[in-house]
Amino acid sequence: MDSSTIIAVASIATAGLTTGIGCMCPALGEGRAVASALTSLAQQPDASATITRTLFVGLAMIESTAIYCFVVSMILIFANPFWNNVIAGAAHAAGK
Amino acid sequence: MRLSPDQLIFWQHGWIKLNGTIVFTWGLMLVLAVGAKLITHNLSTELKRTRWQNLLEMIVTSIEKQIEEVGLPHPEKYIGFLGTLFLFVALAAVCTVIPGYEPPTGSLSTTAALALCVFVAVPLFGIEEQGLGGYLKTYVEPTVIMLPFNLISELSRTLALAVRLFGNMMSGAMIIAILLTITPYIFPLIMTVLGLLTGMVQAYIFSILAAVYIAAATRTRKPRTQPEPAPAT
Repeated sequence: MDSSTIIAVASIATAGLTTGIGCMCPALGEGRAVASALTSLAQQPDASATITRTLFVGLAMIESTAIYCFVVSMILIFANPFWNNVIAGAAHAAGK
Repeated sequence: MRLSPDQLIFWQHGWIKLNGTIVFTWGLMLVLAVGAKLITHNLSTELKRTRWQNLLEMIVTSIEKQIEEVGLPHPEKYIGFLGTLFLFVALAAVCTVIPGYEPPTGSLSTTAALALCVFVAVPLFGIEEQGLGGYLKTYVEPTVIMLPFNLISELSRTLALAVRLFGNMMSGAMIIAILLTITPYIFPLIMTVLGLLTGMVQAYIFSILAAVYIAAATRTRKPRTQPEPAPAT
């Protein structure tokens, strides 16, 4: 296996794993957040505006960790510096 | 596969590029500024007013109420900054329905610029409210050991703001682009609606988080000196 194959395999496998694991755990956290928000809404419906707003803010904070994983996956697939290096090396070798 | 409107070049001269981000950002700024100027040209205080003035009043009063609820007692001081943040990000998301338009917040440059504005605005408002010494003292609360952690948290909050907004808008645009190559018409339509929803939520989140950071910086920490009012018996 030469280095370009290793780079390609590692990038693709890591991109898939990053999105897979990175979407599971925030989903679990968001489920717990919504569940507790629903419980407190049932107990105190008057405070629904505050609870809803706090719920959305909390969900956005949790969501951002999933977004970080998504951004890393996108970088690995579309803006991968190591793969660009390999491509530039191959183009240089073909042009020589 | 275009990752962001940065790569959509309209015009190029040497290294000066007029890319999609710049064009769409200026377009949004024009719409917001010219629209606001036209609507507020002849304001009326009677019961009869144009529907546009009504719309603007609804928007402004609801933003003021939100700012007050977050914990900033004089919303008129902050509504210029926070309201503009919300309106810009929300309009950038809503205009996705226009064909050929890509939200400029899908580029890390725009979101980083907005996050930097918040990063600069929070100390400015804090110093304006508490004075320079009072504001700097908040960094060593509760103890001096927390100083590096407070500094790091400032930087990481700003980074999180930028990446959160960028990731949400970029993922929306990318999902639609990918789906358009697979199944035209119905599914991309549903994803566009989802993208609109997340865009509005992210606009709200961005401005509410900026408001919360400003509230944390301007919260006066003087101990309560007046006695509590006696409870009615």
